[in-house]
Amino acid sequence: MKMLRQFISLGTCNVSATGIRHGIRKELLIITHQRNVSGVPASADRLEDKPAHTQHGKFEILQQKPVTNKPFAKDLFLGKFDKTVLVYPEISDRGELAELNQMVQHIERYFTESLDSKSIDINAEISEDVMNHLGELGLFGQQIPQEYGGLGLNATKYARLAEITALDGSIAVTLAAHQAIGLKGILIAGNEAQKQKYLPKLATGEHIAAFCLTEPSSGSDAASIQTRAVPSEDGKTFHLTGGKIWISNGGIADIFTVFAKVNITAENGEKQDKVTAFIVERNFGGVTSGKPEDKLGIRGSNTCEVHFDNTPVPAENVLGEVGGGFKIAMNILNSGRFSMGSSGAGILKKLIGLTTEHAISRMQFGSKLCEFKLIKEKFAKMAVTTYAMESMAYLTAGIIDMYEKPDLSVEAAMVKIFSSEGCWMCVNECLQVLGGQGFMKSNPYERYLRDARILMIFEGTNEILRLYVSLTGLKHAGQELKELVGKLRDPLNNPRLVFLQLWNRLSGKVREKPKLTLRLNEEVHPSLKNQTDILEECTLQFQRMVEIILQRHGNKVVQEQLELKRLSDICIDLYAMTACIGRASRAYCLGLRNADHELLLTKAFCHEANARIQQNMTALREGKTKNNDDTYMAIAETMFQNKGYAAEHPLTVNW
Amino acid sequence: MSALRVLVGCKRVIDYAVRVRVKPDKTGVFTDGVKHSMNPFDEIAMEEAIRMKEKKLASEIIVVSCGPIQCQETLRTALAMGGDRAIHVQVDGKEYEGLQPFHVSKILAKIAQEEKVDLLILGKQAIDDDCNQTGQMTAAILDWPQATFASKVEIDNGSLKVLREIDGGLENIKVKLPAVVTTDLRLNEPRYATLPNIMKAKKKPLTTKKPSDYAVDISPRQEVLSVEDPPVREAGQKVESVEQLVQKLRDAGLIVS
Ligand SMILES: Cc1cc2nc3c(=O)[nH]c(=O)nc-3n(C[C@H](O)[C@H](O)[C@H](O)COP(=O)(O)OP(=O)(O)OC[C@H]3O[C@@H](n4cnc5c(N)ncnc54)[C@H](O)[C@@H]3O)c2cc1C
Repeated sequence: MKMLRQFISLGTCNVSATGIRHGIRKELLIITHQRNVSGVPASADRLEDKPAHTQHGKFEILQQKPVTNKPFAKDLFLGKFDKTVLVYPEISDRGELAELNQMVQHIERYFTESLDSKSIDINAEISEDVMNHLGELGLFGQQIPQEYGGLGLNATKYARLAEITALDGSIAVTLAAHQAIGLKGILIAGNEAQKQKYLPKLATGEHIAAFCLTEPSSGSDAASIQTRAVPSEDGKTFHLTGGKIWISNGGIADIFTVFAKVNITAENGEKQDKVTAFIVERNFGGVTSGKPEDKLGIRGSNTCEVHFDNTPVPAENVLGEVGGGFKIAMNILNSGRFSMGSSGAGILKKLIGLTTEHAISRMQFGSKLCEFKLIKEKFAKMAVTTYAMESMAYLTAGIIDMYEKPDLSVEAAMVKIFSSEGCWMCVNECLQVLGGQGFMKSNPYERYLRDARILMIFEGTNEILRLYVSLTGLKHAGQELKELVGKLRDPLNNPRLVFLQLWNRLSGKVREKPKLTLRLNEEVHPSLKNQTDILEECTLQFQRMVEIILQRHGNKVVQEQLELKRLSDICIDLYAMTACIGRASRAYCLGLRNADHELLLTKAFCHEANARIQQNMTALREGKTKNNDDTYMAIAETMFQNKGYAAEHPLTVNW
Repeated sequence: MSALRVLVGCKRVIDYAVRVRVKPDKTGVFTDGVKHSMNPFDEIAMEEAIRMKEKKLASEIIVVSCGPIQCQETLRTALAMGGDRAIHVQVDGKEYEGLQPFHVSKILAKIAQEEKVDLLILGKQAIDDDCNQTGQMTAAILDWPQATFASKVEIDNGSLKVLREIDGGLENIKVKLPAVVTTDLRLNEPRYATLPNIMKAKKKPLTTKKPSDYAVDISPRQEVLSVEDPPVREAGQKVESVEQLVQKLRDAGLIVS
């Protein structure tokens, strides 16, 4: 529980007063693509609002990005809906879009024509040739700013390339471990000297990076790490000792972002162990890595133990502040998660394509598979899930690109949860359609299934992220609702208020069907009116449920994991509906090819989402005695007492 | 001799991996929403030019494409591979449908003269219309020597030694510069454009022209009557024995008895 509290308190809330006037969002979309192309918040010193020199030698007005956004998902917990989020983001500069498409085309060609993913999987290794080629292509420095030799891609472009690199799970994880987490600390929290020293070689892939947080006794509970860093007498060097496990790129990396505890004296004179982040070079000495782990999937990605034995690290290699490492770790993880949405969609689009070919050619019972309704339904559902995944991924990336310090960690976590599970489910369904073909190692399908499994485990398990989503949202709502909730939880002193609330509820003022006042339908194409109505209704129901849950549990809500899970799931569905509606509306208004199809996908998704939301609402309303939760808990207790399945064998007799 | 100025033709064609579909009215094939890329033989031409430049044998690589606005993407790819600047001769819609090697070669010849190039490298043919004419016609218009179907090119003091792929073998020829070379499949293996180079390519100059800028009349000289799918392969038959096979072939008049 300690860790969860930390989550709540550290939930990267950087809502600043300088919120943006949302009316200008559309224009910002247009302006912001030129400048500040990295998805990571730029340091303040790169910001200028005066004309600056560009490479063309011309003068160009540099537009300052607004600092941060009104947090969309967190505000949903208050029933506030930022309508501008229904305006689906786009890259409005044609030249930039063309350039991006060209990049995509080139790496796609490499990934589909030259790369031998089967060998990577079988040999459990990415050959040096392939690594070199990935480096030449520029794939190791995607988000590193151009002045440090990288491509300086913003979040949207990074997400787009991730669709392609995801076609080989091993490579995708190798690249992500390098740049989404391994070197991200230097980008987010590094000082200028650290950036200049390390980024150029990391950008070309000459140096590979790894992120070292997990330890044998510290997985999800990251704050509990044991690795220690002890400062020398003169304070110039730290000595690092400890063991990390399951470190992606652990055996091949040259540069490690390592998290270790440092004993520091707090302002009140107390001694405390605080997590600190270090940049550690392999050649500092005392760094050893174990042999690569043999894994279920992403087999070519190097995963191993990394040990630090009294490794000397110069004090200038501390990332951020001594004692500020936990927040850096969370920021790094929060900033990379959004791209799992497009990676997942990339994999699924490819696999659905292959599976469609099978379905339209394979004959059974005198018909093609694609003529059977059970098969059709599978394809439709997969497309709906993929569409939602993709829509959320690019909505999130688009918003990240609009702000200096975007507040999107909740959205990113939701994208990660939805896409990792959607990916697993859909790959599974593809295998079902493929029948025996899907099970054979001679075909690539089973590899996708194995590779997809990791997505639900790393970069924060889906359980932890669900808790993160709802607790962060509740904390946000709780601040605003503190007074109300406090009074309601103290009925003796506030009998009138409690009575009024009760009366409101009973008299139907808080109706099953809340009155729609947000007019979301005005933001999108009229053919999506039913969907915006569903979205609005669910948002208002959600708000009410958040109040009820806060009143029911107050701060003890942290213990109510099943209710927290339901709140997260509702929030995910709300966000996904928002993304689908915005995107379909845009496609329809522009007249994109198959825009009708997009409308159908959105309609189908909103229908599914609404059904899930209503089910969750009912369970939340009923409470744990009625909704089966208590029964589940009792069953689980007995199982743990019995150390396993506790029912007697059906053939048992006791006489 | 000083380093050469090289002009490379880069045609935008339907990607070779795409299954081409004929339009129902048989006027052509579907191109809307279909993946396009640089003609593979032109990629080989690009690669050859870049290798010359890397060996300091070429001083400048100019890339050219005739066709709709999307050709600029093809040109950007060529620039990302290593071209120095690009010329887009814009021809749209119906006019583009009627554009033939006859017209393109006139445009290329004009550009070659204007830009004072020493070497023109083209693909031996484009994989969409398979004409295999543009290189030859351009050489004729310029009255330059031509070295077609090249599988090896060496620069040798003001001339080129070219190994040609011909029916039944290889031919070694020597031509004087300026000259026109067309590439065959085995000349080289073209490189992938890297992402940093794609970004740099955006800043390289690209000029847009019209055929009239080169005083070339592009009114069509031939009419496409119909475009049709190749006949569908008929189902095969299984035979029990060699004798039966021979009998069948004989009955079909495929072998003489
Ligand atoms: C292939 C691979 C690559 C990896 N790469 C890296 C890397 O590069 N760097 C790095 O630092 N780490 C890496 N990891 C470690 C990864 O981040 C952890 O495995 C992950 O955080 C989960 O920790 P754990 O495995 O110890 O599981 P645990 O934390 O022990 O969790 C086990 C289960 O319990 C659940 N659980 C835990 N706490 C709670 C709770 N409070 N409430 C409810 N449920 C809970 C979890 O959701 C999970 O289902 C990698 C792991 C793998 C498998």
